[in-house]
Amino acid sequence: MQNRPNSSSAPVIRLSGITKTYQMGSTEVRALAEVSLTVARGDFWAVMGPSGSGKSTLLNLLGCLDRPTSGNYELAGQDVSNMSDDALSDVRLRYLGFIFQSFNLLPQLSVLRNIALPLYYQGWSSDRSRERAHELANRVGLESRMHHRPTELSGGQRQRVAIARALANDPAVILADEPTGNLDSRTGTEIMNMLSELHAQGKTIIMVTHEADIATHANKQLHMRDGRIASAGEIA
Amino acid sequence: MFQSRFLRNLRLGLENVLLHKLRSLLTMLGIVFGVGSVIAMLSVGEGASRQAMDQISRLGSHNIIISSEKPLADKSASASGRKRSLLYGLTYADHHRIRETFDTVKTTVPAKILRKEASVGPRRTDVRLVGTTAAWFELVERDVVAGRTLMPEDVTECNAVAVVTEAVAHKLLAVEHVLGQSLRVGSDVFEVVGVVRNRGGEGTSIQSPDRTSDIYIPLPVARERYGDTEVRIASGSYSREDVQLHQIIVRIDSLKHVEPTAEAIERMFQSSHKTKDYQFHVPLALLRQAQATKRTFNIVLGSIACISLIVGGIGIMNIMLASVTERTREIGVRRALGAKKRQIVHQFLVETVVLSTSGGIIGVALGLLIPVAITYLTQMPTQVTSWSVGLSLFISIAIGITFGIYPAVRAANLDPIEALRHE
Repeated sequence: MQNRPNSSSAPVIRLSGITKTYQMGSTEVRALAEVSLTVARGDFWAVMGPSGSGKSTLLNLLGCLDRPTSGNYELAGQDVSNMSDDALSDVRLRYLGFIFQSFNLLPQLSVLRNIALPLYYQGWSSDRSRERAHELANRVGLESRMHHRPTELSGGQRQRVAIARALANDPAVILADEPTGNLDSRTGTEIMNMLSELHAQGKTIIMVTHEADIATHANKQLHMRDGRIASAGEIA
Repeated sequence: MFQSRFLRNLRLGLENVLLHKLRSLLTMLGIVFGVGSVIAMLSVGEGASRQAMDQISRLGSHNIIISSEKPLADKSASASGRKRSLLYGLTYADHHRIRETFDTVKTTVPAKILRKEASVGPRRTDVRLVGTTAAWFELVERDVVAGRTLMPEDVTECNAVAVVTEAVAHKLLAVEHVLGQSLRVGSDVFEVVGVVRNRGGEGTSIQSPDRTSDIYIPLPVARERYGDTEVRIASGSYSREDVQLHQIIVRIDSLKHVEPTAEAIERMFQSSHKTKDYQFHVPLALLRQAQATKRTFNIVLGSIACISLIVGGIGIMNIMLASVTERTREIGVRRALGAKKRQIVHQFLVETVVLSTSGGIIGVALGLLIPVAITYLTQMPTQVTSWSVGLSLFISIAIGITFGIYPAVRAANLDPIEALRHE
């Protein structure tokens, strides 16, 4: 908590000169080239671009699931660009929340235990994490579904469980990868309203999407092309 | 914190094992049979050696028991002949020679054994009448319930006294007034001077020298009253047997001399007896026999158990590898949420151990049933030891860890990005 700056304009994320290259056979593929970006606390960014533009690679790097080939990545005041696997896991555990296109809930666990999963890895006692998971289930409107399995829920409900899970560790940044991609437009709007609400409460959100109308829920947009930032800024 | 994490992983492991009940059960089978046969194997070996120890303690480990036996070749002849006189068995001379020849012999006890009917007043019972010496009671140790055992004077003075076993006392006499009572055997009367305790000698493969219904009298008295000839008349045929002594018990001074002395006596008998009308029982040899049985069992079942456990372990590893592939997504999600590699390893390892230990527990149940079945079907004694149960459970846990490490490490080393993309 002490790492988190209070001022709303203080950067939570600072990327400088991030390059990511992959070795594919004998050819080297450059997924990201000299990307620099500053994300302030409380921002809601929509990352857009055609497929192959590097937006997934960027999200993986931001999510500390991958390390840059070169460049610097500072998250919540720490340089995470050269951290060990364990240290990166710890950063994910404390500072990041993930929302996926296909929800990625564990089918064998109840809604409540899915929500509590990050708390388990934080070492919370089961009583305390159950209480917190209850609270979060209420917050996303699933109080009547807490003991159901994910397979018994609709797509919109599943994504709400995922949102609750992403909020469990009170993350500095929420990373959403096409959160409405598997939903119809009505439930998609519902989910987007929920994210907007979180933004209004001061959460920092970075969302990858290719739908322009979904992107309008964000207050800032980033366009990627060929591994470079084509444009970045507030929506007019 | 570690403990609670372990418990939660344990719960998770149990849930996953129960999620696929049939699959888990089939996976466990190798361990089940392996553990079952380990316990059964040890119980059979233990049973055999317990039985041997028991017999040896009953017979006396320093003793050699030589009995008279009707020679094999003459058995058929006596059955076909209508009138037959047979002279065989141990002689007073044999007894004397054993006593004089060997330095390693500490004591010898000759015994004349006759089947008679004993009576007190109207009550009567079949007994085994044993004419012997005072040393019998040194070599075949039994508690004295009342009175005394035979004394050397009884033998030298030819006293008409008898020592009876508890069973005989119960059948013929009021227990509290046994001593001093008169006991009739045929036309002869003996004074009861002592009662000794029974220790069941019947029903085992080699029997102890004493029986439940025994009456012991001094050897010269038996010889004088009943002679060396036994006449049997049954269904029209008539047989006469001349047997001087039915049994000689030899006590050897130390354990290491027992078997060499037994061999030496046997050699001596081979030259002095024309036919093999005697039988040697060396309790100590039983121990070797039991050890040999134990070893054979251990080798046979040990290899079955070993193969079964390895196959079982491989089966578990196989299923866990399949499970890791099946749950690649789950692993990706857990890693994205902040699980460290070693936490993934821990989770899968605990799950494997849960699987193998459940197999072990079922195996223990099987291992407790197999010896019961063996005893029931083959009358072979078995004895399940608690340490063998502990050992098997330890082995099944060890198998879980050994064969669980590779799948668990493989799960932990999955690339989270790839894992999340896995369909």
